[in-house]
Amino acid sequence: MKFDTVIIGGGLAGLSCGIRLAEAGRRCAIVSQGQSAIHFSSGSFDLLGQLPDGTPVEDPAEGIAALEKCAPEHPYARIGAQACERYAEAARKLLCEAGIPVSGSPRRNHYRITPLGMAKPTWLTIDGYLTTPSPEVLPFRSVCIVNVEGFLDFYPEFIAEAFRRHGVSCRFASVNSPDLENIRRNPSEMRSANIARVFDHEQNLDRLAARIREAARECEAVILPAIIGINRSDAFEVLKAKVDLPLYLLPTLPPSIPGIKAQQALQHRFRALGGEYFLGDSVLSAEVEKNRVKSIRTVNHGDIPFEAEAFVLASGSFFSRGLIATPDRIVEPVFGADTDFVPNRTEWYTEHFFDRHNYEAFGIRTDRSLKLLKEGSVMENLYGIGAGLSGFHPVQEGCGAGVSLISALFVADRILNSLKS
Amino acid sequence: MNIQQNTVSENNFEQCIKCTICTVYCPVAAVNPDYPGPKQAGPDGERLRLKKPDFYDSALKYCLNCKRCEVACPSNVRIGDIIQAARIKYGPQRNTSLRNFVLSNTDLVGSLATPLAPIVNTAVALKPVRMVMDKVMAIDHRRIFPKYAHGTFTTWYRKHAAAQQAAYPKQVAYFHGCYVNYNNPQLGKDLLRIMNALGYGVQLLDKEKCCGVALISNGLYKQAKRQAEVNMASIRTAVNGRRLDVITTSSTCTFTLRDEYPHLLQLENEDVRDRIELATRYLYRLIRENGAKLKFREDAAPLRVAYHTPCHMEKMGWEYYSIELLRMIPGVEVTVLDSQCCGIAGTYGFKKENYATSQAIGEPLFRQIEASGADLVATDCETCKWQIEMSTSKPCEHPLHILASRLA
Repeated sequence: MKFDTVIIGGGLAGLSCGIRLAEAGRRCAIVSQGQSAIHFSSGSFDLLGQLPDGTPVEDPAEGIAALEKCAPEHPYARIGAQACERYAEAARKLLCEAGIPVSGSPRRNHYRITPLGMAKPTWLTIDGYLTTPSPEVLPFRSVCIVNVEGFLDFYPEFIAEAFRRHGVSCRFASVNSPDLENIRRNPSEMRSANIARVFDHEQNLDRLAARIREAARECEAVILPAIIGINRSDAFEVLKAKVDLPLYLLPTLPPSIPGIKAQQALQHRFRALGGEYFLGDSVLSAEVEKNRVKSIRTVNHGDIPFEAEAFVLASGSFFSRGLIATPDRIVEPVFGADTDFVPNRTEWYTEHFFDRHNYEAFGIRTDRSLKLLKEGSVMENLYGIGAGLSGFHPVQEGCGAGVSLISALFVADRILNSLKS
Repeated sequence: MNIQQNTVSENNFEQCIKCTICTVYCPVAAVNPDYPGPKQAGPDGERLRLKKPDFYDSALKYCLNCKRCEVACPSNVRIGDIIQAARIKYGPQRNTSLRNFVLSNTDLVGSLATPLAPIVNTAVALKPVRMVMDKVMAIDHRRIFPKYAHGTFTTWYRKHAAAQQAAYPKQVAYFHGCYVNYNNPQLGKDLLRIMNALGYGVQLLDKEKCCGVALISNGLYKQAKRQAEVNMASIRTAVNGRRLDVITTSSTCTFTLRDEYPHLLQLENEDVRDRIELATRYLYRLIRENGAKLKFREDAAPLRVAYHTPCHMEKMGWEYYSIELLRMIPGVEVTVLDSQCCGIAGTYGFKKENYATSQAIGEPLFRQIEASGADLVATDCETCKWQIEMSTSKPCEHPLHILASRLA
C-alpha cells in the first residue's frame, strides 16, 4: 500500500496531523491500535496552565515565551513561541471545521470546572460546558445540580461543596425514568454512554426537561453531567430550549461523551478528506535504509507493507504503549528510537501522587524539527508528535492537548515544506 | 498455593484497565439492556469465572461475536474471544434445539435443499410456512430466507469447469463456503472469471466442510472442531502438497479459518494461516503490488456503490482491499458507509428472540444506506447482504460480482 504519509497512532495528535495533510491534498493513512485517549476528554483542551516551577499562567502565549528560557527542551520551546501561537489558532479552526465547536484564545486562559467541582485553567472548551473567566467567580449565585439516579461517574455533593466555597447556593435533583431503569439492570454499566443513548429519544428529553424545570424553579442555572447527545448532536440544544434556564454541562468520569463525539468528528473529517483510517491494527516492524523509513508492517496486513514518503509517530505515551518502561529504561517499541529518561529508576517518581514526576517528561528524543533519532542519527523522514514526545509534564503544566495539536500541525507543515523543496 | 494459576488467563484479560471504550462500541449493549456489554461479559466476568465457574452469566448468549470490542480496545484485550471461550467452557454443553441444529448445519440443509430449490424457495417464502417455522422452531416469521440455488457450485465446477481450469499456467485453491455452494454459485463463477483473466486457474480443495462459524455460535463445538479438522487437512494438502494459496470470497469464513480455529477451537494453523486470504486482498496484491492488469468494459453505465464493512472484515482490517478494487473499476463511484454492525450476525438475526435486537442494531446502517444515494450496496459478507436486502430498498452485491460484470 502506497501513501504520501503514514501516521502511527489515531489520537488527537495523529488525527489532527492527518487532517492538515489531507486538507493539503496529501494521501494519508493512520494506523491505530484501538480507540484513543480522546475518549477520556474533559470537553476542554489545555494549552498551558502552569510553568514548570508552578507559577500559574494566565496568558499561555506569554507562558510559552517564558518556556523558551526556563524549559528549552519543552516541545513548545523547540517549535518557538510565535509559531505556537499561530498553530494554536490553526488548531482551534481545525477542531471547529471538524464539527467540534470550541472557543478560547491562546492569549488568555479561561477556567473549566472538573467533575469534582474544581476550577482548572484551560484554552479551548466545547460549547455548552461550564466555564468561567476567573477561578473565584461562577456565572450564577444559585444552581440546581441534576444527576441521573444510579449514575456512577458524577458526584453532585463534591461539586456543591466546591461551589458553596464561592458563595453559590446549591440544590440537587435526581432523574429517573423507565428507560433508565432498564439500563440499571446492569448497575455496574450505568455509564455516560449508555445513559446518553436513553436521552437520544425525544420523550426522555421531554421528561428530563420537565423534571429540571420543576426542580430548578428558584435557581438561576442548572448543571447537568455530560450525558446528552451521543448519536443525536442536537440533543443539548433541544433540551436547552425546553428548559428555559441557563443550562451548563459538566464532564463526567470516562467514558466521556464530548470525547467520544470529538474522536468520531475528527475521524469523519479525516476520512471525508480522503484519509484511510486503519483501526485495531498494530505496527510490528519497520524497514529502514540509510536513516529513511521505507515501510512498516502491521499485524493485520502482514506481507503487504505500508509504504510512504514520510512517517509520523503519534503512538502516545505509556497508556497506549507508544512508550514502554522496562526496569531500567524507556523503550519506543516500533522503531527502537532514542528516548530521553534519567537512568536511575529511583529518580523516575516520588512517593507523592500529585507531585511533578520525572517519568511524565520521558519520551522520544527529537531534533528541532521533531524528527526522531536512532543511535544518535536523525531519521530523515520520521517525525514524532503528541504525548510520546519528551520534555513536558502534561498534567502539572496543563499542556497535553496543546502539545498534541501544536506538534501535529508543526510537523504537518514540515512535511508539506519538505515536499516543496 | 500458586496464586498465578488462578488469576491468569489467555486472551490478555489482565491488560484491561476498565476504560469501558469497548462497551461504547458494542452494537448489542446499545439496544439490549439484558446484555451487560463486553467489559462486564468479558474481562470483568472472567475474573469471577476463574474464581468460580458458577459466576457464568447466561446473558453472554446475547454476544454477536462481532469483535468490534476488540477493534476498539486500546489495550489489545481479546474481549470477544474471552466471551466466546467462556461460552464454550462454561455455557450449555449440549445443544438440542432443532432450530439451532437446522440453522447451523449449513452443509446438511444445503445439500437437502439445493436439488429441490424451486420448491424450497417457494415454500419458505409463503406466509403460512413462515408462521409455522416461527411457532414450531422459533425462527422469526418476518425474516426473509436466502434463496437456494438449483444445483451446487461444486457440481457445476466438476461438470463444466474442472478440466478447463486445470489448463491455466498458475493455480490457486478456492474455499467457496456454503453460501457460494448452495445459495450463490454465480459468485464462484465470477471469481473464476476474474482469476482466469489474470491467468490463474481455480481449484477446489480436496474436501471442504462449512467453516463452522454457525456451529460455534450455536454451541455445537464438537461438530465445529470435527469440520475444522477436515478443512485444515485439505488446506494443508493444498498449501504444502499442491503448492497453492487458498482464497475465499466470504469475510466471515476467512476470519473463522484464520483466527477462530486457533483462538476458539484450539486448532493450530500457524503454518498455513498466512496462505489463507480473502480473494479481494489476493487480487489487490496481484494488481497493485505485482503489476497484473484487468481489462474493463468501457461502455458500462455509471454505478454508485456504497461499501458496507462487515464486522469480521473490520476485525481483519481488510476492507481497504475490497474498496480499492471497486475504485479501480471505470465508471464505479465508491462511497464508504460508516463501519457498523448490520445486526444479523449469521444465524443470530434468524432467531425469534433476537429479531427485534437484530433490526434495532442495523437501523442506523439502514438509514445511512437509504440516504446514500447509491445504486447498490457492496459487501464481502453473505449474511450482511441478506440483512441489507431485507431491510433496505437497495440491492447488495459482492465486490467481485460487480468487478466481474464489468470485465471486458
